[in-house]
Amino acid sequence: MLLWAPLAFGSTLKVCQSCTYTSVKQAVKKAKAGDTVLIQGGVYREHGIVIDKPLTVLGQNKPVIDGNYKGQIITVVADNVTIEGLTLKNIKTSYRQDDAAIRVVERSNIRILNNIILNTYFGIYLQNSDNCVIKGNVVSGRDVTGLNESALGNAIHLWYCNNADISNNKVSGHRDGIYLEFVQDSEVKNNLSQLNLRYGLHFMFSDGNVYTHNTFRKNGAGVAVMYTHNIRMEHNTFEGNWGAAAYGLLLKEITASVIKSNTFRRNTTGIYMESSSRLDIQKNEFDKNGWAIRLLSSCIDDTFKLNNFTGNSFDVSTNGNSNMNHFENNYWDKYTGYDLDKNRVGDVPYRPVSLYSMLVEKVPPSVMFMRSFMVDMLDNIEKVLPSFIPESLIDEQPMMRKIDYDNDRKLTQVVR
Amino acid sequence: MNKIIKYVFYDIIRNKIVLAYTLFLLLLSFGLFNLGGSPDKAILSLLNLVLLTVPLISIVFATTHFYNSYEFMELLVAQPINRKKIFMSEYLGVACSLSGAFVLGVGIPMLLFGATITGLYLVLTGVFITFIFVAMAFLASVITRDKAKGIGIALLLWFYFALIYDGIVLFILYSFSDYPLEKTTLTLTALNPIDLGRIIVLLNLDVSALMGYTGALYKSLLGNLWGIGLAFGLLLLWVILPLFSSRRIFSKRDL
Repeated sequence: MLLWAPLAFGSTLKVCQSCTYTSVKQAVKKAKAGDTVLIQGGVYREHGIVIDKPLTVLGQNKPVIDGNYKGQIITVVADNVTIEGLTLKNIKTSYRQDDAAIRVVERSNIRILNNIILNTYFGIYLQNSDNCVIKGNVVSGRDVTGLNESALGNAIHLWYCNNADISNNKVSGHRDGIYLEFVQDSEVKNNLSQLNLRYGLHFMFSDGNVYTHNTFRKNGAGVAVMYTHNIRMEHNTFEGNWGAAAYGLLLKEITASVIKSNTFRRNTTGIYMESSSRLDIQKNEFDKNGWAIRLLSSCIDDTFKLNNFTGNSFDVSTNGNSNMNHFENNYWDKYTGYDLDKNRVGDVPYRPVSLYSMLVEKVPPSVMFMRSFMVDMLDNIEKVLPSFIPESLIDEQPMMRKIDYDNDRKLTQVVR
Repeated sequence: MNKIIKYVFYDIIRNKIVLAYTLFLLLLSFGLFNLGGSPDKAILSLLNLVLLTVPLISIVFATTHFYNSYEFMELLVAQPINRKKIFMSEYLGVACSLSGAFVLGVGIPMLLFGATITGLYLVLTGVFITFIFVAMAFLASVITRDKAKGIGIALLLWFYFALIYDGIVLFILYSFSDYPLEKTTLTLTALNPIDLGRIIVLLNLDVSALMGYTGALYKSLLGNLWGIGLAFGLLLLWVILPLFSSRRIFSKRDL
């Protein structure tokens, strides 16, 4: 029994300047399946470490592996590998291959925990790998102002990976913060993605995923999600995505999904929706955006319910004069109706689309006439006698007071 | 010249209308700053006010004042004084007292509640608009001897710049929406001092970024110091053009 014990738990191979192993590569090569490679504090100038057996690579006292701009640092080609507590840095931008600090190639049950990844091309790159956990990592690139999209990689990049758990990561300074393509049944939770050149979160063809409690801040173009159905986005914060082509959340061909209890603050466009149908958008907070919602007429059967619209320049704008979506019980700060029966629901319907917002949609330069007296007058005339704005885009039961759902948000934080 | 300006200035102050104007602006700005949540919001509301009432009051007051002081001007013309000097002192007297009222009425609350660079631009824009519309009023008054006609022309000018112009431009933009219109819009807004003032202030508030591509273009043109300088230069041109043409007419015509 005693003889078997070390094999069952694995032995520990220490790496440090004065240990038997002075390089990570050496230790990984000598290690047997199930072993732990314990890297102690210090700087190791290494690249091309290939992990080809189930190992636990553990950093103690924040060891630094410096790739020295020579190539990929860690490549995982085995199942059940854990990489934890390392600092990986310096990978060259390469236009021929996507070099990453940690790449996982067609393996499953990989755990990448609490690593710090600095100044790399791609940060964490998973291809065709299922059941992986990416948790508590900090991936930070560089200042992206003035850089070209092709000169940058993604911080966390997943391609054909199912059941991934991406949580508590902080990513910044890359092309896309979190990039998912063909990733299904995964969970993205508690991440902070900011200051990326393109999107904070970008996913395509990734069905059945759940996104909760993430913050996407000051990314070049916000968050883009495309060609996907059956997703849930809850309690996320989209803020500070300012710019000519920036969105809080861009939805393109998203169907049968729930967008609930999110906060959209200070974005040029809160949600931009194109060809998206059967979405349930409720209890969101739209505050101080340029456009809260841009709803193209290709969207059908979407429901907007119990959302708060405050301080937006335009609440809803659309490009056609038909509307197949449903608005109900939202709070609009521009609503001027009354409530005689005191049931907290306004007695007069509210039309969130203004004539001017339609005009701006059609002729963008006319935005320069914002707050001109003429524009205000036209809007008011149109409100009394609607003729251009879509007849059916109407909230029949607008709320009189701002909807207060902070309580359950606090509750979830306590539960969390 | 200084003597005449001083005389016109005191004459206007004794009039009490300017005093009422100052009080009106003071009350309104204090009210807006106390009512709205953030100073930015108050500045936006103030902007609407400045762009609508300030031109109206300036142009109507200046026209009536010009006609009312006709006899005084005739008296001065009989003296050995250059006509240009008489005209300029009348102009400066009226414009300075009105813009003084504006600076007091809007500038003091601004200093107290929201002393930002945008606030400064708002006050500067208001001063320029006062100067521009007083110049236009003088142009309207030197064109015709008839007081009713003069006030009519002045009001039409206000109506055109404050209301109709935006409508016309929006109509043009709508009709030619298939063409790239960014540069055209820029030129067209420069042809109206009220629009120019509005855009200077708007671009310096945060709302600018929502203006999409157009806004980005404007921001790159007007967002830096050079652009602001250029915009104020254009406003200065708007003062000089009507002022000099009316001065020319005044110094040549029969009184």
